[in-house]
Amino acid sequence: MTSTLSRLARLLRDRPILPLVLLLLALVGLLQIMNPGVVNLLWFGNALKIAIPLAMIGGCQTLTMLTGGIDLSAGTVATISAFVMVTLVPLIGAPEAIAIALACALVAGLVNGFGVAIARVHPLIMTLGTGLIGNGCLLVYQRYVIATGTRIPDFLLWLGTGKTWGLPNGLALFVPFAAALIWSQYRTGFGRLLYAIGSNEPAARLSGVRSWQVYFSLYARSGMIAGVTGLLYIGQVKSPSLSLALPLDLPSVAAAVVGGTSIFGGRGGYGGTIVGALILTVLTTMLTLLHLPEGARRILFGLIILAVTAVYIRLTDQS
Amino acid sequence: MSRLLANNAWALGLAGLLAVLLIATKFIQPDFGVSGLDSLARAGLPFALATLGMAVVVIAGGIDLSLAAMMAVSSVTAAVMMQGAGDGGAAAVVGFVLVLGMAMGAVNGTLVVVTKVPDIVVTLAMLYVWAGVALLILNAPGGAAAPWLRELIVGGVTLPGLPEAATNWLPKSLIFLVISLGVIWLPIRGTKLGLMFYAIGSDALAAFRSGVPVGRTKIAAYAVTGLFAALGGLAVTMSTGIGEPIPGPYLLASVAAVVLGGVTLGGGRGGLIGPIVAVFVLRLVRMDLTLMAVDPNVTTIVEGSIMVAVVMFGAVMAQRGRRP
Repeated sequence: MTSTLSRLARLLRDRPILPLVLLLLALVGLLQIMNPGVVNLLWFGNALKIAIPLAMIGGCQTLTMLTGGIDLSAGTVATISAFVMVTLVPLIGAPEAIAIALACALVAGLVNGFGVAIARVHPLIMTLGTGLIGNGCLLVYQRYVIATGTRIPDFLLWLGTGKTWGLPNGLALFVPFAAALIWSQYRTGFGRLLYAIGSNEPAARLSGVRSWQVYFSLYARSGMIAGVTGLLYIGQVKSPSLSLALPLDLPSVAAAVVGGTSIFGGRGGYGGTIVGALILTVLTTMLTLLHLPEGARRILFGLIILAVTAVYIRLTDQS
Repeated sequence: MSRLLANNAWALGLAGLLAVLLIATKFIQPDFGVSGLDSLARAGLPFALATLGMAVVVIAGGIDLSLAAMMAVSSVTAAVMMQGAGDGGAAAVVGFVLVLGMAMGAVNGTLVVVTKVPDIVVTLAMLYVWAGVALLILNAPGGAAAPWLRELIVGGVTLPGLPEAATNWLPKSLIFLVISLGVIWLPIRGTKLGLMFYAIGSDALAAFRSGVPVGRTKIAAYAVTGLFAALGGLAVTMSTGIGEPIPGPYLLASVAAVVLGGVTLGGGRGGLIGPIVAVFVLRLVRMDLTLMAVDPNVTTIVEGSIMVAVVMFGAVMAQRGRRP
């Protein structure tokens, strides 16, 4: 009996994504029992569509959390990129507008990188500050472009809202993105450096890692990911606003945490975050179907995140 | 004396900055005076109380992201219970809300200790929980505040026996803040509990080896944070006269002020005076820019830049200091 248990524990430790996938399947099963017939291809496509932006912003959090950091400016950066793009398209055309939008996102990422890598500011504070500054810039920018009108390029609408064989077209962007991220975290030097710095930064530095270069590149990449997510998200939501992707900020942290990435660094990976984002999406559907008051729904959401994280940490840290 | 100065260099520097800003305000707006000071202190009161709460838990090595949500719960509880209650009833409500705040904080702390999940994750989850509780208590802004409570933070101080002009320039809300700080923090700071907060903040393992009950101390720190959050929520209700179920902008502002005030994220360093001064520095910057008719959105940019610049400066100074 004990040996079975310890073998199970070892299995969970080696394959930490397994219990998450089981939890996801259990939640989908529960949803089907609660409301028979709700789980079908249409629902599946919609759930995937909603989970994609969350999982992408979750990518920013996963990468930064691997080094013990966090990127709280991701939601703001995504909003900036989306808003700049839709307001510039009528003026200068889609390709140029997208290039400028992504350049804005890159600048925000570089500012974060500078603060964390060179000035050694705590990432939480640095990204919070960048978020505030970026939000202010956006508000000022909005006053100058209010008259130009907005337009979303057709292919972003196709990517955001369209479906092919029941599956959202967003997957065309997301699948290569996720594959590249998972591949790079296990198979490239950069990915391994993230884990090394997150596990023990002084040791990594003594082994010859130039940690400031890693941080700089990491936060720049995080900004780019947020920028691309913003473009995808505006195609999905279709109405530009100044708080477009801000509601994704905290849930994206939750997705990474539920997915088993340690906020102290060195543990976890992007695969878990994707499952985490799906779990959060299914949970939200489930809580909506329960017809509870808004307050009760939030309470349950918080408690479930906490419970899942606590159980997960217990399961995988067992020794 | 020089040691006292060196220990409080950061807070003193901030106080100097505050003085410069006050003088600048007088230049920008020559008729800035008693009423300006009063509105500054009153607008800053909930921010200051939130910052005090955040500072305590950060010193003890944690962070509480659910702070603004706990303030919302306290605010709506006070407003709902005070509706129709008499003056005596309102006093009982205040007592109840303060106990409620401590209880909420203790729940946060207990969950951190029991689940062994990082503080930031637990309080992120509890942010949803407390925000939900606030919405269940009151669905939309409403309720009422007892008139004598509102009197407590509006206008200047008048002391019997002294001419009104001598004390009237001092805003009541500032006195309220100083008294809250004195009654709650001074007794803790002077006793073993305060020392234990700093101990578990600088090195939990070393503190444990020295016989500090780390878990219980952490719960106590979270409870103190909850108490300050309850005071902050009461201050919101007192200054607006209603309960506000949607958490205000206090979370990010309090983290900013705590760091600007010289408390290190990660714990063990700093005091509570620096963060309070930092709150008023940030409020005053905002006010000055508004007085100069700068676009309020630019104000946000300036605020963020100041925060980042000051923290960068502090980090660079700290690196210099570490080198021999």
